[in-house]
Amino acid sequence: MSNSSKVQKIQGRAVVLRGNDIDTDRIIPARFLRCVTFDGLGDHAFEDDRLQDPNHAFNQGANAGASVLVVDDNFGCGSSREHAPQALNRWGIRALVGGSFAEIFFGNCVALGIPCLKMGAEERTRLMAAIKANPGAELEIDIASASVTVPGAGSFQGEIPAGPQRQLLDGTWDALAVLLESASQIDAVASALPYTHRFQA
Amino acid sequence: MAASLFDKVWEAHTVRELPSGQTQLFIGLHLIHEVTSPQAFQMLEERGLKVRFPDRTFATLDHIVPTGSQVRPFADALAEEMTQHLHANCQKHGIRFFDLASGLQGIVHVIGPEQGLTQPGMTIACGDSHTSTHGAFGAIAFGIGTTQVRDVLATQCLAMAKPRLRQVRVDGDLAAGVYAKDVILAIIQRLGVKGGVGYAYEYAGTTFDRMSIEERLTVCNMSIEGGARCGYVNPDQKTVDYLRGRPHAPGDADFDRAAKWWLGMASDQGATYDDLFRMDAGAVEPMVTWGINPGQSVGVSQKIPRTAEVEDDSRAGHLEALEFMDFKEGQPISGVPIDVAFIGSCTNGRMSDLEIAADLVRGRKVHPRVKAMVVPGSMLVAIEAQKRGLDKVFQEAGFEWRAAGCSMCLAMNPDKLQGREICASSSNRNFKGRQGSPTGRTLLMSPAMVAAAAIAGEVTDVREMF
Ligand code: SF4
Repeated sequence: MSNSSKVQKIQGRAVVLRGNDIDTDRIIPARFLRCVTFDGLGDHAFEDDRLQDPNHAFNQGANAGASVLVVDDNFGCGSSREHAPQALNRWGIRALVGGSFAEIFFGNCVALGIPCLKMGAEERTRLMAAIKANPGAELEIDIASASVTVPGAGSFQGEIPAGPQRQLLDGTWDALAVLLESASQIDAVASALPYTHRFQA
Repeated sequence: MAASLFDKVWEAHTVRELPSGQTQLFIGLHLIHEVTSPQAFQMLEERGLKVRFPDRTFATLDHIVPTGSQVRPFADALAEEMTQHLHANCQKHGIRFFDLASGLQGIVHVIGPEQGLTQPGMTIACGDSHTSTHGAFGAIAFGIGTTQVRDVLATQCLAMAKPRLRQVRVDGDLAAGVYAKDVILAIIQRLGVKGGVGYAYEYAGTTFDRMSIEERLTVCNMSIEGGARCGYVNPDQKTVDYLRGRPHAPGDADFDRAAKWWLGMASDQGATYDDLFRMDAGAVEPMVTWGINPGQSVGVSQKIPRTAEVEDDSRAGHLEALEFMDFKEGQPISGVPIDVAFIGSCTNGRMSDLEIAADLVRGRKVHPRVKAMVVPGSMLVAIEAQKRGLDKVFQEAGFEWRAAGCSMCLAMNPDKLQGREICASSSNRNFKGRQGSPTGRTLLMSPAMVAAAAIAGEVTDVREMF
């Protein structure tokens, strides 16, 4: 029934994208939302930013194939479009590390099994420096300890709320299977709400 | 024990606590549109699931709909394809679709209230971040992603972590020329675009008490721009009066019973909050955003802040905004020339918004440099406005009068900025590229301020135009 698999460790190269408040319109511009499937969105991730900035992290050949996206604060703010994490995911991103994430974006990521690790400013600065000093290094993100290890540069502590952490580790991040379990309780709650029968006596 | 509306609604809709620590929450009303639903239906089908409560989901067409010719098939083949998908999905699953032919089509957050679907004490979800709008009725309304749209279709439930609750208290009267839009822009300016992360907002105080339902809709609409998960105003007699006689409101025989339940869901005296923020309505002047997020705003009489004045962690964003907008620190916002004026969107595309703007432009002319447009939030708003002759008032002044839709709020349709154009807009987002040109610029303000800017050809203080 479930699409979920356990998400415990993620390995891969990192791509660092600086800047606060990078919103979902920038991750995937609205014109690419004119679609009926998510296929092909990966090609358009950050399209407008990339056109305006030849040095954009997603334009650099060295970053192709990276699977960990390291960002600053309030990443993914703005629209609730799941097209944003879908585009990143289809580009190749499997996990994010950042100062903070907008809530809907964070939830959308969890629902796809993509962890977003929060990391304080100092620790994040050190992590970014370590990535720079070790180009091409394969990072390891460990969900249980909420930490990132850069080979040769040590480990960096992040945080992830207990609920999503457990969902990722147990493979229950796809909520649907869990929600489907309680059919009779859903009916009971529905019929106890007076508006579901238009307040008729 | 005294409880808040938020707690009462949360409790009444709790199915169970999940192992993840989240709550399985029943969703009373599910609204869908063409952009975020096709993939959800596809996922449902891949799993062989049905829509669990088809009569609790309603659909409309808004984001991609052209506001010029609406003859089908649409000129844009992709827009047509999305429309057909929604139509087929609704038909297959028995979902009511407010399509163009119904005469009731409009922006999802305009038609929910208009049809009486949005009611106090409900949980509401929609695959759209501005679902917070519906909180104006004392509903708890969440914007969700497409995977969650699938969850609601399949189970009428969401797995949600309960946010904390902040009371945003504003007291006092608004000065003439200052509107609900200015209040919410001022709140976001003070608390910041991240200030609401982890919170639901309860808007309380005499300023909100005195607001009409439509004004409350404007305020709640932008809760999400301040980072809050949702925002609401407690239901009162105005809420009840607004709902009476609406197509999907309870019938006459049951209406009083409904009203009693609705009012009973309001926060009790002595309810507790995790945080409290206060603002004085008298201190709010007409607001204008100058930057690239809705928190970067100033009063119309003020100057764009100097980078040295902003907090350390906002400084990079400040510089980025100045550069993108091509503004100078310390520059007055008043007098900034505009190219486009847009009145519309789920923030300010309702009847009262159009009336205020029409009153200002009546007998005046749009500045020759400015391309100005009015886009009603729904077909019913358009019809009512036409009945009152507002379309003529706008057209005589030099505005285009267009058909209902999201239009230039996000430009997924033919309405777009060109190049570096600057748009005075009554919508809710000034992100880079939001209005269709990657380098286009947006100044958010109230519909009255947009009307004033359209006439003057530049940002101007609407209070001087009365
Ligand atoms: S009017 Fe704008 S904000 Fe509102 S639903 Fe449409 S696109 Fe979204």
